[in-house]
Amino acid sequence: MDRNQSYRNHKRLMKALHFSGLFIVMSIICIPGLWIVLNSFRPTVEIMAKPPVWIPTFTLDHYRAMFGGAGEGGVPVFSYFRNSMIVSVVSTAIAILIGMSGGYAFARYRFKGKNGYFVGLMLFRAVPGVALSLPLFIVFARVGIIDTHIGLILAYVAMNVPFTVWLTDGFFRQIPKELHEAAEIDGCTRWQAFWQVEFPVAKSGVASAAIFAFLTSWNEFALASQLTRSVGSKTMPVGLLDFTAEFTINWGGMCALAVLMIVPALILTFLVQKHLIAGLTFGGVKG
Amino acid sequence: MTEVTLSNIVKFYGKHQALHGINLDISDGEFVVLVGPSGCGKSTTLRMIAGLEDISGGEIAIGGRVVNDLPPRDRNISMVFQNYALYPHMTVRENLGFSLKIAKMDAAEIAKAADEAAGILGLEELMDRKPAELSGGQRQRVAMGRAIVRHPDVFLFDEPLSNLDAKLRTQMRVEIKKLHQKVGNTIIYVTHDQIEAMTLADRIVLMKDGHIVQVGTPLELFNTPVNTFVATFIGSPPMNLIDGVVSGSSTIQLADGLSVPVPASAQGQVHNGQRVKFGFRADNLMPYGHAVEEEGERADLELTVTLTEPLGTETVLFTDLAGTEVQGKMLNPRPVRPGEVLKFRLMLDKCHVFDAATSDAIRG
Repeated sequence: MDRNQSYRNHKRLMKALHFSGLFIVMSIICIPGLWIVLNSFRPTVEIMAKPPVWIPTFTLDHYRAMFGGAGEGGVPVFSYFRNSMIVSVVSTAIAILIGMSGGYAFARYRFKGKNGYFVGLMLFRAVPGVALSLPLFIVFARVGIIDTHIGLILAYVAMNVPFTVWLTDGFFRQIPKELHEAAEIDGCTRWQAFWQVEFPVAKSGVASAAIFAFLTSWNEFALASQLTRSVGSKTMPVGLLDFTAEFTINWGGMCALAVLMIVPALILTFLVQKHLIAGLTFGGVKG
Repeated sequence: MTEVTLSNIVKFYGKHQALHGINLDISDGEFVVLVGPSGCGKSTTLRMIAGLEDISGGEIAIGGRVVNDLPPRDRNISMVFQNYALYPHMTVRENLGFSLKIAKMDAAEIAKAADEAAGILGLEELMDRKPAELSGGQRQRVAMGRAIVRHPDVFLFDEPLSNLDAKLRTQMRVEIKKLHQKVGNTIIYVTHDQIEAMTLADRIVLMKDGHIVQVGTPLELFNTPVNTFVATFIGSPPMNLIDGVVSGSSTIQLADGLSVPVPASAQGQVHNGQRVKFGFRADNLMPYGHAVEEEGERADLELTVTLTEPLGTETVLFTDLAGTEVQGKMLNPRPVRPGEVLKFRLMLDKCHVFDAATSDAIRG
């Protein structure tokens, strides 16, 4: 067989292996999500069936029950959703404002102890959130902000700021300082130069930081389960616990609520995915 | 009237002093080029005029008004950056009109001014493109357009051509000069390229290590360099310098027993035993039959060519003179092989003498 043929076969084989590998990895990532969506539409008997039922039956029972009264296995979905929204949106907005200012400062200004601060911020990220839950619980209880939106928002802002700083710092660093200098020469104040030129250029970076911060707050469970108590402040991940009783777990109901959690996150991600693909147009400057 | 005056400008970065008392008067409509090797302080000087760097000491006045503490936007200057610094999220039209938009001019006026600038620079076709869709030369032109839209008192150029390829650089050089002839504003231009400096400037300011070494017209710097730094920086190839010792009052003894008379310009300024550098340009060392016919005192030398650089209209010949590698030129060139011995003539009255200790020119 000539060499061309053998190389061609080798290339085909590699391609096949490549795709199989990708398929396996993607399966591992996607199957749990798929499982949740599918099971939210299946009767409980089917979910628990052994051997498994391969052809699913479609039912909206879990959703009906979830939105139903307290006696029929209902949970206060709307309250949880509202709490999650308020906490996630507000904490993301604050984290972005603080994080963006911080990131800009780290990217643009020289000041004493800059590297120290930066490493400090990153180290703060290394502390597992759960480890903070007890001290936070005690402090919040003393201050009286346990079981409130404010408490959770504070905790999430603190959690998200270091990451936001790190991410936006990277984006602002990519923008040459000549851009704001040119804007200042063109008549802008420092503040105008930022909003008119640097912010629009770094918009994609800020958007990705915002998405990350939002999803972190939206999905967070460990801290929220400690810091919230009542329907007035429980977020959706904590709400999932409502489906566990002493001896049973209502998998179908849990899956239904989980789907309601996933949908807004998915929509949001789709809306901003254009920005997530970073590296907008840095063409104004020769790279 | 927009003359620019720098009086005793000093710049410190921490403990490091970047500029040591720069004094410079630039008159209205003049094209001044700051040139020098990297780290000489030319860009710092320009950025201080622009207001992008703090002034550690001294005074900068634009149009008779001291601007030391004015922000860039109040200095009525515009600047073209080395990397163009176009706003990537705006179209060419928006880039051109940005400064006027910030000045809150109305849309019709902005459009008119942008169109006018586009007309001057031939950007009409590109008005709706984003910077990323432009070539290097087009970006360069947009950057210039953005500068002229505002009708500033002074244009500042910070190495605007160094990101372009050689051909485009030559072309843009011409365009910048035409632009200056058209708008007639004061221009301060920074470059490290002596050819750009020579071709563009009304006056060249040659800087080194935070000092001004020499200020003058291109020909002044070329013909009467104040020291060996200027002599080797300006002109291509650089001036040849050969070590020598003055013997008597009118002869310079070079190595290898060679001696040349002290050039007329330096006569009476040297003393017996003084260590000097004897300098001449490649244009003054030419082989017979391929030289400019000119009158003047000359010395004949038989030299072995070691290397040739054909440039078309002339060929640069490398050869050894008194133990130093020197470069000569051959006009109407014919092929020359390394190792060939040619009879050169050195135009003695075009030669320079520099003090070996101070590097300063010795001239009457």
